Amino acid sequence: MKLVTANRLSDGEVVWLGAAGRWVETLFEARLLESREEEAAALAEADASVARQEVVEPYAIDVIREEGHLKPVRFREQIRAAGPTIRLDLGKQARRQESAA
Amino acid sequence: MYRYDEFDREFVDARVAQFSDQVRRRLSGELTEDQFKPLRLMNGLYLQLHAYMLRVAIPYGTLNSRQMRKLAEIARKYDRGYGHFTTRQNVQFNWPRLDETPAILNELAEVEMHAIQTSGNCIRNVTADHFAGAAADEIADPRVYAEILRQWSSLHPEFSFLPRKFKIAITGAPHDRAAVQVHDIGLQLVRNEAGETGFTVFVGGGLGRTPMIGRKVRDFLPEADLLAYSEAILRVYNLYGRRDNKYKARIKILVHETGIEELKADIEREFEAIRHGILTLPKEEVDRIEAYFAAPEFAAPGDEALFDAALETVPGFANFAARNLNAHRQAGYVSVTISLKPIGGAPGDATAEQMEVVADLAARYGHDEIRVSHEQNLVLPHVRKADVPAIYKVLAENGLAEANAGLVTDIIACPGMDYCALATARSIPVAQRISERFGASERQQQIGDLKIKISGCINACGHHHVGHIGILGVEKKGKEYYQITLGGSADESSSIGEIIGPGFSYEEVVDAVENLVDTYVNIRDGEGETFLETYRRVGETPFKEALYGTQ
Repeated sequence: MKLVTANRLSDGEVVWLGAAGRWVETLFEARLLESREEEAAALAEADASVARQEVVEPYAIDVIREEGHLKPVRFREQIRAAGPTIRLDLGKQARRQESAA
Repeated sequence: MYRYDEFDREFVDARVAQFSDQVRRRLSGELTEDQFKPLRLMNGLYLQLHAYMLRVAIPYGTLNSRQMRKLAEIARKYDRGYGHFTTRQNVQFNWPRLDETPAILNELAEVEMHAIQTSGNCIRNVTADHFAGAAADEIADPRVYAEILRQWSSLHPEFSFLPRKFKIAITGAPHDRAAVQVHDIGLQLVRNEAGETGFTVFVGGGLGRTPMIGRKVRDFLPEADLLAYSEAILRVYNLYGRRDNKYKARIKILVHETGIEELKADIEREFEAIRHGILTLPKEEVDRIEAYFAAPEFAAPGDEALFDAALETVPGFANFAARNLNAHRQAGYVSVTISLKPIGGAPGDATAEQMEVVADLAARYGHDEIRVSHEQNLVLPHVRKADVPAIYKVLAENGLAEANAGLVTDIIACPGMDYCALATARSIPVAQRISERFGASERQQQIGDLKIKISGCINACGHHHVGHIGILGVEKKGKEYYQITLGGSADESSSIGEIIGPGFSYEEVVDAVENLVDTYVNIRDGEGETFLETYRRVGETPFKEALYGTQ
């Protein structure tokens, strides 16, 4: 299982490719890619988005399902999805806390 | 301090305008990422894990209160309220938006700052001893020559596309506080028998994936030849340095592959061809630049009874005075190290409020001067000893009074995988956990001088190779692993640390470090023998046994 991720051009925000070629800011909204064909198609969409100056440096990452949630396999990608492990008040994890509060 | 002349101002303003236009063209699609990336890197703008990162130059680590306040303002207005001071005496902001960087650079230019040549394959910010112009043991102020090198190297047309980045460091005292032997060019100010100023020159030092100690190419280079000789080194490097493999492109590899004698002959040949020419430094020009760095008008020593009384009465002050003060050349003065290593904190980070506190202290007590050290601390280079208790009080109220300069918790760490796109493991939380483990003040004092340096990948931004205890984080089967090296050093007796054995997991590494430190304390030849001295005396065996048992 894979997702396609990139950084948004204007502010560097970590994004994943969601439904209908839209970039989303949270991993759980990302479109799950279950075959090589889906992955190739998603990367092609991402490249088109790069050409539209929306994102930079897209690539595919491996994810697994853990307790019903998608989780990147690599620790680096887990950190990208959350924020610095040493500053829980920064990055996406902080916004999650805010919206939960 | 150096002040911009008209040329500097126009140069920086022109660059801001140029980069603003490049950002505009990138956002509008006129430039692709491939076209834009080298342009943004030339202006210190990286793309990291979570966001862009802007690296701002602090030439030779010197800044005034106005500049520090501007950094605080930028941290608050465009970033997340803090900045990170680096081992290259620069500052990094971790969360700027691309579309706001032109505004940031405009604001920096207002206070004579910029991000030029903080990245890319050019001559980078020249670093210097953080006690420059203040230290009692100084021969001459290294910043004068660092500034001359900055002017020579800025946009140098021949050296804007080198095989790889190029770092120069310069120290003004026999005790090297600028790690000159692990730089591409290391300069040590010396006086010859006739009393003339010159430089001992080292070439080909560096860390990264192939650590090397610089080789001495000149015992005494006359002051007037500084630029001609530097130009000769750079020309030889630019001509012969490898461009086929970026991991073998630094000058240290050229030195290693060519041999120092042959390379030295090449440099001397080039030098002979260009010396006595336009690059000869005119004495008047050295004097002119030197005037910018003239010592402040020192005040009469204050009432040092205040200082002595504080030693007795103010909790923690005696420790602070013992660790964080450096001898000054002016009677009644000292240099104060402001630790950016609070117990459990992220090394080198300062909040906007803390930056303002330091700016205020510099303005009030410190002749308006601040330094950034390559060990990721701040320094007030010129303060009256009598004012130190008052400074200490303010520092303590703002989480800046940790009395740990040079101790086990004064750790250098790169940003690591919490921020950096290149990192393979985290550095900062390892530093934080070690800091907490050894946090008790008495224990730290008892251990004494000990430099721990942590890098989150093989590129070695955390200088682990030259840590007395070095820690390198790597990824192994998807997990963070930490390799430990011992015996590294980056002063006048530089050495590269040696790998002690198999690495440790994230969970284990702090115990391993504690084990090493306890072993040292048990076997040292009295409290006067430092960790490094003990290691050099006994070798790795007792440490190896402590970590892995006798096999």
